[in-house]
Amino acid sequence: MQTLLIIVGVAAGVAVIAYISALISGLQASTLTKTLGAQGHVTLRSLDDAVVPAALAQAGASTLTQTQPRAQRLRSVINWQTLVPVLEAMPGISDVSPMVSGAGLALRGEATQSIALLGVDLDRYDRIVGLRSKVISGVARLAPGEAVVGRELAADLGVRVGDRFTLQTGSVSDSVRVSALVDLGVRDLNRRTVIVPLRAAQSLLGLPGGATNLDLRLHNVWTAQTLAADLRRQYPYKVESWQENNAQLVSALNAQSVSTAIIRGVVLVVVVLGIASVLVVSVVQKQREIGILRAMGTTRGQILRVFLLQGAVLGAVGSVLGLALAVAMIWLFTTFVRGSDGLPLFVISLPLATGLQVAAIATVCGVLAAIAPARRAAAMDPAQAIRI
Amino acid sequence: MAQDTPTASTGPGALIHVEGLRKSYNLGLPSEAEVLHGLDLQVGRGEFVALMGPSGSGKSTLLNILGLLEPMTAGSYRLQGEEVRGMDDANLTLRRRSTLGFVFQFHHLLPAFTALENVTLPALMREGRVTAQAQAHARALLAEVGLAQAENKRPAELSGGMQQRVALARAVVLNPPLVLADEPTGNLDQASSAEVFALLRRLHAERGTSFIVVTHDPRLAARCDRLVELVDGRIDHDGVTSRPR
Repeated sequence: MQTLLIIVGVAAGVAVIAYISALISGLQASTLTKTLGAQGHVTLRSLDDAVVPAALAQAGASTLTQTQPRAQRLRSVINWQTLVPVLEAMPGISDVSPMVSGAGLALRGEATQSIALLGVDLDRYDRIVGLRSKVISGVARLAPGEAVVGRELAADLGVRVGDRFTLQTGSVSDSVRVSALVDLGVRDLNRRTVIVPLRAAQSLLGLPGGATNLDLRLHNVWTAQTLAADLRRQYPYKVESWQENNAQLVSALNAQSVSTAIIRGVVLVVVVLGIASVLVVSVVQKQREIGILRAMGTTRGQILRVFLLQGAVLGAVGSVLGLALAVAMIWLFTTFVRGSDGLPLFVISLPLATGLQVAAIATVCGVLAAIAPARRAAAMDPAQAIRI
Repeated sequence: MAQDTPTASTGPGALIHVEGLRKSYNLGLPSEAEVLHGLDLQVGRGEFVALMGPSGSGKSTLLNILGLLEPMTAGSYRLQGEEVRGMDDANLTLRRRSTLGFVFQFHHLLPAFTALENVTLPALMREGRVTAQAQAHARALLAEVGLAQAENKRPAELSGGMQQRVALARAVVLNPPLVLADEPTGNLDQASSAEVFALLRRLHAERGTSFIVVTHDPRLAARCDRLVELVDGRIDHDGVTSRPR
């Protein structure tokens, strides 16, 4: 009965560890996908305008200055056309997409909405953020005079695919036709985003032939910081990784990972203590049997191995049951926990490698938990054990 | 001390040769107590010895020392001509496995194992596995002690006498030269007691195994070949028994 209870206990512990691991992995993957689904892994811009002293300060001379920071104007990345193929040839970078971005207004009838205007080469931009997969209506196409619009902005303006509205930036305005509506995964982005051809944005934002930034997609998202640092050293540009652009998100993900590790550690300690307590009781209960086995010529090593094996078996059997329970919990989550659109909140699964890793850790913990009781059993004086 | 020299082989080549054996508990403490005071004892091959004495006389302690389950404090103990004093645990375990069989007052069978599994246990300990040959031998031995039909029963399903017969079969299954029995009939009714003792005698006669049997029952002691009586940690009498078996 004790053995059955502790196996159930180990199974519960393993299930919690496996389920939490899968849940947090799924949540983080979903968050990353949404975050990186609307931006490059690394973004390269021109350096900010800064106030430069007219003359260097003379040694020993006092200078009285009050520096007013300069307002930043829209500027192009210098030589971006030359830079694109250079970046594309660099290892680690899979795609490069030039973009002209700036603020503007979208007007239709009495509706006026402030917008983020993005001018892109559609094919290149699609490789960065997968724009075509985000289309909910129409066809992603950016012929001259066409625009792709965020879902909420379209609702605010009262436009559908095929309708026209006016884009205005400063004194320049242009009429565009909606070719597609997109869901970028973030409501705020859907409310502000208008994507037009690169050339149209250059014209609207007064940046002929220019690109305000280059978005880079990497083979491995986690190399973004290193690559950004390398590019900063090599080129006179402002280079930012997605981690730097989403510092709060990265902190939250780290906090999540640490919390998960703590929970897993605590559960493992509980599992170890549970197995150890059962084995300690088992050793006490089986003193007489241990004594008789020792009298019959069982070595201390054999007694030690019996209890270590018992710990490993408890851990292994509990792991198998626990993993089955975790799979059932994941199925329940993906089946019954759904968003307002009726779809699962995010995909979670238990990879085989994670399952095997958790099972191996639980089995090792079983052996570790058995060390003290096994040593006690092996050290037992046979004559005394038989007398009890 | 009354001494009536036994007829079995004795001397340094005896199966058991004990000289000046002393045993103290709580060594170095104010409560230190010596329970065996310089015993000399020899047991030859094929002897059937009864060990008697009042409670607290040191019988079980002597049996544990002879069975290599407890260390002695002083003296010499040669088992099959080999000095065992000072041997490490691994060597003592090896000697127990190869030389000794044990039968206890309470049978001490493993409750989760069947009668057959209990009897094959010594082979499992020695070989690390139970061969078909070992299993057949254990089965034959169970039949020899009259338990052919009970080989798949667990100890809880057997009577006290049957349990003790399984324990006896387990003690002799590897043909040890010496079996130490600590009140093997002490927990049995008279009929079962007589039955088990008769079995001990039969195994002794058939196999030539030496037996040292601790008993409180003078009638059973009288049916042994030799009687050693302990009183207050000293041998008070050692001689052949006078009564017929």
